[in-house]
Amino acid sequence: MTDDLIARLVDDLKPVPAGALQRRLLLAALLGLAVSMPLMAIWLGFRPDLREATGSAIFWIKSGYTAGLGLAGLWAVEQLSRPGHRGRRPLRVALALVMATAIASIVDLALAPVEARPNMLMGSSALLCPFFIMALSLPFFVAGFAFMRRTAPTRLALAGAAVGLAAGALGAWVYSFHCTEGGLPFLALWYSLGIAVVTAAGALAGRVLLRW
Amino acid sequence: MGELQEREDRLRTLMLASLAGDSASYRRLLTELTELLRRYFQRRLYDHPSGQVDDLVQETLLAIHARRITYDPNQALTAWVYAIARYKLVDLLRRSRQSKHLPIDDVADFIADDTVSAQSTDDRHDLDAVLDTLPEGTRGLIRRVKIDGQSIAEVAAATGMSESAVKVAVHRGFKTLLARFGGKQ
Repeated sequence: MTDDLIARLVDDLKPVPAGALQRRLLLAALLGLAVSMPLMAIWLGFRPDLREATGSAIFWIKSGYTAGLGLAGLWAVEQLSRPGHRGRRPLRVALALVMATAIASIVDLALAPVEARPNMLMGSSALLCPFFIMALSLPFFVAGFAFMRRTAPTRLALAGAAVGLAAGALGAWVYSFHCTEGGLPFLALWYSLGIAVVTAAGALAGRVLLRW
Repeated sequence: MGELQEREDRLRTLMLASLAGDSASYRRLLTELTELLRRYFQRRLYDHPSGQVDDLVQETLLAIHARRITYDPNQALTAWVYAIARYKLVDLLRRSRQSKHLPIDDVADFIADDTVSAQSTDDRHDLDAVLDTLPEGTRGLIRRVKIDGQSIAEVAAATGMSESAVKVAVHRGFKTLLARFGGKQ
């Protein structure tokens, strides 16, 4: 019986090129981007002052923070899609990024005059920001789970959380082209919150969707 | 070089050739892995029906085939194979636990459920008929707990049994009833 199975599997053998898994993951990320970026452009619009904004530090900090978390998330997805990998290093990198930004924000707040602090933290879009991030992360989330379901994760909740982290952070990166907020504490709180919610949703979904 | 390392090197070489599309290497690899997996599952499922070992071996071979893209050439092949095997084993144990065993706590909830207590005389007759199929001791325990609404502790005190013995007896009785009258269970 097992011999029959082996014969069938051998018949079905097709070559797997080196780096095939990474290429498939890259394709999933690009697919997500191809939906998320136009969605942002049509629904919310690029910020009108984008050209001037690219000359400011905070624009690049927002973009770098979210892109960095997104890349760490994709790295974690790649690791956790393989049986027996724990994805510790990418998750440590992600945690370090979040902590560093949080600490920098606290210093930033502490050094600022008291009357400036509420605006640095709340801006003008605090409560909307996490929801926009969640919406723009959805295409990445779907593409990420479609990728992960065809791999072999052995820690389902953690693998789902990695997909959520990558999706949330890449959604936030797309959102940063619309968002005009200029406070570092705003980024540390509301961006991180949106990304954290998507990460948690990924962990929950992973337990159900990633069984194989 | 140890025997394990020798086997690892041999299997890894076969795997890399297989990924490049070499059928002969792939056949040898799967044949060797079948033995490896059979031993792995046999050691862990010694008290399970032997058919389960074969099922798991085949399921794992299928998973190895369908998900071979996830093998990282820098990783030990046996580590990859065992990680897949462990996942399949845990999955099987989880599934069989869900379908075969009813946790005692759930049974206690079931017993406490009002909808199960006999309300009308008709129900009462049906219940008696069902309960009569159980041995007398178990029947008495279930009757006290379920119909008279006594707590496990009260029943334990009244019968001189330990609480866990009462729980287990009620649980077993319930399983028997479910097997007889509960359809799928």
